[in-house]
Amino acid sequence: MALIGSARRSRATRVPPVVLAFVLVPLLAEGFWVFWPALQGFYLSLTSWDGLAAPKFVGLGNYSEMVHDAVFRTAAINTVLWLLLFGGLSAALGLGTAMLLQKERRGIGFYRAALFLPVVFSLVATALVWQAMYQPDGLINNVLEAVGLGGWKHAWLADQDTAFYAVIVPALWRQVGYVMVLYLAGLKGVDPVLYEAAKVDGATRWQQFRHITLPQLRSVNAVVLSVIVIDSLRSFDVVWALTRGGPYHSSELLSTYMYSTAFQSLRLGYGSALAVVIFVLAFGVIVSYLVRAFREAD
Amino acid sequence: MTATHTAAHAEDTEVRTAPAKTATPRRPVLDGRRLRTAGFHLSAGALSALWLLPIVLVLVTSTRTFDDIAAHGVGSRPHSFTLDGFRQAWVDGGQQRALINSMLVTLPTVALSLGLASMAAFALSRYDLPFRRVLLLLMLGGNLLPPQILLIPVSKLSEVLGIYDRLYALVGVQVGFGVGFYVFVLHGFMRAIPGEIQQAAVIDGASPWQIYWRIILPLARPALAALTALSFTWIFNDLLWAITVLRTDSQMPVTASLIGLQGQYVSMWNVIAAGSVIAAAPTVAVFLRFQRHFVAGLNLGAVK
Repeated sequence: MALIGSARRSRATRVPPVVLAFVLVPLLAEGFWVFWPALQGFYLSLTSWDGLAAPKFVGLGNYSEMVHDAVFRTAAINTVLWLLLFGGLSAALGLGTAMLLQKERRGIGFYRAALFLPVVFSLVATALVWQAMYQPDGLINNVLEAVGLGGWKHAWLADQDTAFYAVIVPALWRQVGYVMVLYLAGLKGVDPVLYEAAKVDGATRWQQFRHITLPQLRSVNAVVLSVIVIDSLRSFDVVWALTRGGPYHSSELLSTYMYSTAFQSLRLGYGSALAVVIFVLAFGVIVSYLVRAFREAD
Repeated sequence: MTATHTAAHAEDTEVRTAPAKTATPRRPVLDGRRLRTAGFHLSAGALSALWLLPIVLVLVTSTRTFDDIAAHGVGSRPHSFTLDGFRQAWVDGGQQRALINSMLVTLPTVALSLGLASMAAFALSRYDLPFRRVLLLLMLGGNLLPPQILLIPVSKLSEVLGIYDRLYALVGVQVGFGVGFYVFVLHGFMRAIPGEIQQAAVIDGASPWQIYWRIILPLARPALAALTALSFTWIFNDLLWAITVLRTDSQMPVTASLIGLQGQYVSMWNVIAAGSVIAAAPTVAVFLRFQRHFVAGLNLGAVK
């Protein structure tokens, strides 16, 4: 560190041009495909546009339309519900499985791999696997029948009351292993001496969890929280593949509503405004992630 | 790094528990421990079985005949075995073409984004550039944006460039969108490489390119391996960008083509299941082959 510091002055005088190019080329690529389009996206949210004629500036018209849009309201509520359910359950199950599979012992590699395997599947493949299970004559209904719960049988994806929850389950199935891996790394960092001291003091399992594990995992929790919020707001594939947001928008998320508004109804201005709403929801998390990154980059 | 860490850990607990085992009366401790071990394997085994069940099911379904599924239902136990579903998905369903498209997009994208990202990370971590921290966070911030805000402009942009519905457009947008994250991760890794190595190279008259290519890049290999495994699955599994910049069926990668298959072979679950197996096989192969890199990659990306 000290050496870098002393070398800094000589480097600061002249950065070789090739090094500048090293930064500028990727930055331009990102600027061209991300920053420039993002600015356009914000501008388009203030227009009415069918993609053919020139966009017409309508000010905040798209946003005031949202207030009266029942589908938007459903999609917004579902998105928040998705955030809480999908996020909360994947964090809880991820932490639970990480604690179960924390200790190195025989067979642990297999168990971890089994839980982690779905993480590498695409959400589309995941959705199709579960779609087969959700069919009226599929495995889930058969199992319910077999254990005497035939009355619970459902056309899970076709029923307005169950479609939303039926879509969350495959998403969870795929996410838990990811969160588990993050928590496993976090748990490894907890000093075992803390637990031994607690045991000597006669702390119960719950007390150990509450007063050692959770506080020690604080930084991992922050990571998991950002990952979950960002992933939740991006969730699109699994809903699109299973229900397209239906039936009757019952499983609609802002991301799916935005996509169908923009690319199927060709209301590009309103679609952009919906995308801005998603951005606003994500903004807090993005900023806190960047603040943490900033500290780390120091 | 994590592997050695856990190994040390395991040894540690072993050493500490060993004397206790001999000191206490033998039988009850052993029984209690055996019981707990059995309980652990029972619960962890049941959980794993539950998790693997959908995978087993899709494998079984993909090898059944359509008549079997029609007669007994998609949820019944199999009464037939055939690989015909795979043939249908592969040939008639266009999965072969789609898998080639996926590879044509994924491999260049992984190479290009990691190449560009490693250059930027090298420059930002090893040289005292003005505004380096701002640049780093700007690049990371771009990657954190919800893609929805970019979809419409990106699709229009590719139309203007004349590459709409071409695989180049998909490669372009995936590189542009992903590069910020890879820069951030690689920067964190390269920063930790001691400055003396670079100074020695400078004294020997090495150019910045030589330092990058011959010294820093080889030293960053663990991070690059982790990111390669990770980015391969991300890019391969993408759906949203593909359906945003592509339109023709014959251009679609395997995820989008799977949705096409779902519409084309309604309730022909054997074909759909076979298609899913084909679509998942490459990433599963990468995972099984590079499991350690993969897990390391997920943790590398986690900003603490």
